[in-house]
Amino acid sequence: MPRKPIKTRDKLEYLSILDGKGKVDAALDPNLDAETAIYLYRLMLTARRLDERCINMQRQGRIGTYGPCRGQEAAHCAATICMDPEDWVVHAFREPSSFYHRGWPLETVLKFWGGYEEGCQPPEGVNDLPIAVPIASQLPHAMGIAWGMKLRGDKRAVLCYCGDGGTSEGDFHEAMNFAGVYQLPVIFLIQNNQWAISIPREAQTASETIAQKATAYGFDGLQLDGNDPLAVYVGTREAVDKAKAGGGPTLIEAVTYRLGVHTTADDPTKYRSNEEVKKWEKLDPIPRFLNYLLKKKILNEKSAAKVEEDVLAEVAGAVERFEESRDVDPLDSFDYLFVNTPEEVKQQRDEFAECLKQEGIGAGH
Amino acid sequence: MTTIEDTNTSQQRSKAGNMTMMNMVGALNLAMDDALRTDDSVVLLGQDIGQDEGVFRVTADLLARYGKDRVIDTPLAEGAIIGGAVGLAIYGMKPVAEMQFSGFAYQAFHQVEQHVSRFHNRTRGRYPMSMVIRMPYGGGIRAVEHHSESREAYYAHTPGLHMVMPSSPRNARALLLESIRCPDPVIFYEPKAVYRSFKEEVPEEPETMPIGKARIAREGSDISLIAWGAMVRPALEAAEDLQNSDRVSVEVVDLLSVSPMDTQTIVHSVAKTGRAAVVQEGPRNCGIGAEVIARIVEHGLMHLEAPIKRIGGYDVQFPYFARERAFLPSAERIANGLREVIAFE
Ligand SMILES: Cc1ncc(C[n+]2csc(CCOP(=O)(O)OP(=O)(O)O)c2C)c(N)n1
Ligand SMILES: [Mg+2]
Repeated sequence: MPRKPIKTRDKLEYLSILDGKGKVDAALDPNLDAETAIYLYRLMLTARRLDERCINMQRQGRIGTYGPCRGQEAAHCAATICMDPEDWVVHAFREPSSFYHRGWPLETVLKFWGGYEEGCQPPEGVNDLPIAVPIASQLPHAMGIAWGMKLRGDKRAVLCYCGDGGTSEGDFHEAMNFAGVYQLPVIFLIQNNQWAISIPREAQTASETIAQKATAYGFDGLQLDGNDPLAVYVGTREAVDKAKAGGGPTLIEAVTYRLGVHTTADDPTKYRSNEEVKKWEKLDPIPRFLNYLLKKKILNEKSAAKVEEDVLAEVAGAVERFEESRDVDPLDSFDYLFVNTPEEVKQQRDEFAECLKQEGIGAGH
Repeated sequence: MTTIEDTNTSQQRSKAGNMTMMNMVGALNLAMDDALRTDDSVVLLGQDIGQDEGVFRVTADLLARYGKDRVIDTPLAEGAIIGGAVGLAIYGMKPVAEMQFSGFAYQAFHQVEQHVSRFHNRTRGRYPMSMVIRMPYGGGIRAVEHHSESREAYYAHTPGLHMVMPSSPRNARALLLESIRCPDPVIFYEPKAVYRSFKEEVPEEPETMPIGKARIAREGSDISLIAWGAMVRPALEAAEDLQNSDRVSVEVVDLLSVSPMDTQTIVHSVAKTGRAAVVQEGPRNCGIGAEVIARIVEHGLMHLEAPIKRIGGYDVQFPYFARERAFLPSAERIANGLREVIAFE
């Protein structure tokens, strides 16, 4: 009996279009129209400025712990813009501009980190899932939504975000497995930012790449430069088109880096070196994309400054609207648990209302 | 479509017409057939539920009748079955998921606790979790480890879930159909020892009964015995024995739904009898029996003429099956417990 390598059916590729030095592979450049390109830049910049603002607000005690996405703007923004409104986006927790793009008011991000359930309520007509706190637990939901699409014969797709640490969870593997078995229209986008709190990527999995895990589940894997918005865009677009054509799921590993703290409660100097961070700062997606746009004359110094100004105004507006919406009723914790609230929960609501009255606590406490 | 109105006599003839004698397996199958036929958003998911018709044959014939897009055999992963059901429910489907045994539902417990019980609340009503998670529970079938436990308290302790435990074929059918129609998530614990242990008349017409209502399984005047699920049968037997041997009249309250719990029916019964005992299969500490007693104490302490007794439910692991007959509360053990409460002066 011969001994020979096993060939697998599924593709496993690497994609980079706009590299860290600003060089573009002209054959692969999607040549985004100016409007789309500027919009994508604007989304990325919105995430960056909102991030900075949130960190300040956390320090001032105006919101709770915050998980920044600094450095990962290309990975989440260029992916979400590939989805149509009737598609679904299932979030992890470092994708503020995906919410924004999908039609969630920017302040919903602040509401989530500010401790309000309102930050998890999708606006009418928006098909998204909110931030998922239990790592990777959202992957089965994305798979289930895609399953519903397939069962109903809807030509739609689901984009689902997850981190590199999340790929160690059972939910990741179970969702990938079901997606492969039923050939579901779902794109799992792993933001491999090299760290899961203090655990480096190498300590998370012995696989050489995260993308290759797709092979085990019977579908295509794509590793791409996650700090290259063009690669993220092209890779996601192709995966979405394939999913909608009945070609099944794709696992995308967006190689990126968390330039900031894990959350505002974290001190990364305990586990990683400054040199490492410096190295990745040179690969920052935002100046990289700006230079590309300037070179292509899609933006000039003046129009770029205008984008910056608009973004700052939008973030300031969101902060203002957030501060104005702090008045909430503690009693309504009882109102959304069930569609049909059982009598005993209603009775406890009355009891709680009485307590609040006695304690002089009202809406906007 | 009828509702079981007189909950005192589940044997009562349905106004709707023909009755068929069937066991609980047949009754559950009938409920799923009703649901699949009348609501095309209903899908069944589970391990071996299609071609094999479920390891207990509860899904017999359903694949043949409704096809593989409605009765779906899944890979062996409880977390993805329930996590996938969350996604299906969000997309507007009505998943009815089977866990092959309740002892393996822990592989999906995180999805139940973190998402099934929370999505509606988290999204301020945007995504209801209308789904049923069915699972056989409890001892008495000489099975290997992890196939005999009763852990209803885990689910009852989780806000946002209904925890339903039928006791007979007719109420199993009515409650399962109601659970499938319920817009909120229901954990449906099926007493597998009762699956084929007896038959009852079940109406052919779809019938439901409300979640959260207990029933008086037997009327009595001297003591209230509260039971649910598989314990209802030995409870009724003990009541009968005590009537015959001691002329003690035992009222048996069958909870049917342990969350929400029908406090009113329990307290009403105790107000009448003045004495109470609880029998449970699951562990005693922080169990459903403790909750029943807490409610009696909160709302009916002044009616009590004796301390309330908890029968069965030891805080040890359910033994392997060589010891299970001795371990499970029998009618005799229940009768002895009742005698103790009756004797108190
Ligand atoms: C199931 C679960 N375990 C632990 C945590 C605590 N936790 C929050 S974020 C995180 C690391 C996640 O790493 P990764 O998936 O790489 O995402 P990243 O933070 O890098 O975006 C951990 C352990 C959690 N939220 N959920
Ligand atoms: Mg990470």
